[in-house]
Amino acid sequence: MTLLAAEKVAFRYGGHNVLDRVTLALVPGEIVTIVGPNGSGKSTLLRVLIGALKPSSGAVTRAKGLKIGYVPQKLHIDQSMPLTVRRFLDLPRRVSDHDACQALETAGLTDLGLRQMAGLSGGQFQRVLLARAIIGRPDVLMLDEATQGLDQPGSASFYRQIEAVRTELDCAVLMVSHELHVVMSASDRVICLNGHVCCEGTPEVVSAAPAYRELFGTGTGGALALYRHDHDHHHHDHSHEAAE
Amino acid sequence: MLDDFVVRGVLAALGAVLATGVLGCFVVWRRMAYFGDAMAHAAVLGVALSLAFSLSIYVGVIITALCIALIFIQLTDAGQTADAALGVLAHTALALGLVIVSLLSGAKLSLSAYLFGSVLSVGITDLAVIWGGALVVLGVLWWQWSDLLTATLSPDLAYAAGIDPRRKELLLTVLLALVVAVAIKVVGALLITALLIIPASAARQFARTPEGMAVAAMIAGALAALLGTQGSLMFDTPTGPSIVVAAAGIFTVSIIAGRLRS
Repeated sequence: MTLLAAEKVAFRYGGHNVLDRVTLALVPGEIVTIVGPNGSGKSTLLRVLIGALKPSSGAVTRAKGLKIGYVPQKLHIDQSMPLTVRRFLDLPRRVSDHDACQALETAGLTDLGLRQMAGLSGGQFQRVLLARAIIGRPDVLMLDEATQGLDQPGSASFYRQIEAVRTELDCAVLMVSHELHVVMSASDRVICLNGHVCCEGTPEVVSAAPAYRELFGTGTGGALALYRHDHDHHHHDHSHEAAE
Repeated sequence: MLDDFVVRGVLAALGAVLATGVLGCFVVWRRMAYFGDAMAHAAVLGVALSLAFSLSIYVGVIITALCIALIFIQLTDAGQTADAALGVLAHTALALGLVIVSLLSGAKLSLSAYLFGSVLSVGITDLAVIWGGALVVLGVLWWQWSDLLTATLSPDLAYAAGIDPRRKELLLTVLLALVVAVAIKVVGALLITALLIIPASAARQFARTPEGMAVAAMIAGALAALLGTQGSLMFDTPTGPSIVVAAAGIFTVSIIAGRLRS
């Protein structure tokens, strides 16, 4: 069963192709990570998937009644708005104290309810965003660079939390990140994006793929990599067809 | 009771500040103060056109305010900065309104009532329009509260939850036009923004949640309306500006109280 799919999605902005025929599909329970350099369209792709942007061509399909939990890249709360953590969890719909408490716990927090959002540390703030996103038991959890502003141990523990959330809610997770090493180890599947899908597969396959190495400059391509390149691109085309 | 012009005036002021207090919170959260100002200035043009075509003032004000909002969207889409576009529109509308009125004979006197308000001269019909409009604004805000709040906090969070934030923005614009019409006879076009911004800002000092801020803004607004009307009768000062001065006093006290508490 496909929860959420993009088919040949293109997005043009200012005469420039930000996304070029991107095709992907998400099935229940898997953790998929989109990696790519700055300006590769990662955030744009997520925003197309949540419906904030209309694709210039191609289509996004969602399973009927699909619930999306979205953790944005950053959330600026204007200091003119008073907002406690508990009240924030009630957006967009009121939730019971029990559910709120449980979501905070799942996100690795306790007892923050009465604190003001503006007074939280970076790590706490991200976890509250995560708690809010998982509160309605979403089918898909989407995270856009959710560990920005966290230090290495902080983001490592955040990603461990994501895995725990996936296990508990059995939801699909789609995340965007530039922290390759941390993210790769936590993913079932990695999609390397640079406007178009350069390569995709298990973390092992992608990290060995030349297209990936070219983008991120890790390692040098050898004979084996060249072979894999062809193989990978064949695989990549094939998976396109399979997804259509 | 409604025969007494003071009672009518106080009731009109109360109706207006209840609506401006709550809607003002959104204006403050979304930093739309200048946008509100442009719509209020547009009301002067609306009044002038209403006088010229013998329309109901309220209808003319709402339509003109909405037109200005529409033109604003067009201008910013065409690449003007919001700041410049609002500056151009607000003052053009105000100036155009004054020019049109000067061309109409005998209308000059009545315009000053709409510039600075004349709450002590409202009739029963005005009172009905003001309270009707205020209740519609409060009702819609109540009904749409959670969606509006989500869209205000983050358009992307709204999209992910299936809420279209652009529609919510449009809704707020319509409510703002309605509030301008509701408040124009109370404080006048030039001071409407004050009733949006000042009670909400005073309320911010004491609130821990958005709802708390909205309620506190209504209380601050009501207090300003009562004190301002009272003061204007005691000192024989214009009522609209007196209400705004009272609101400013409440704001000052709230700032000092906030400082003392922390």
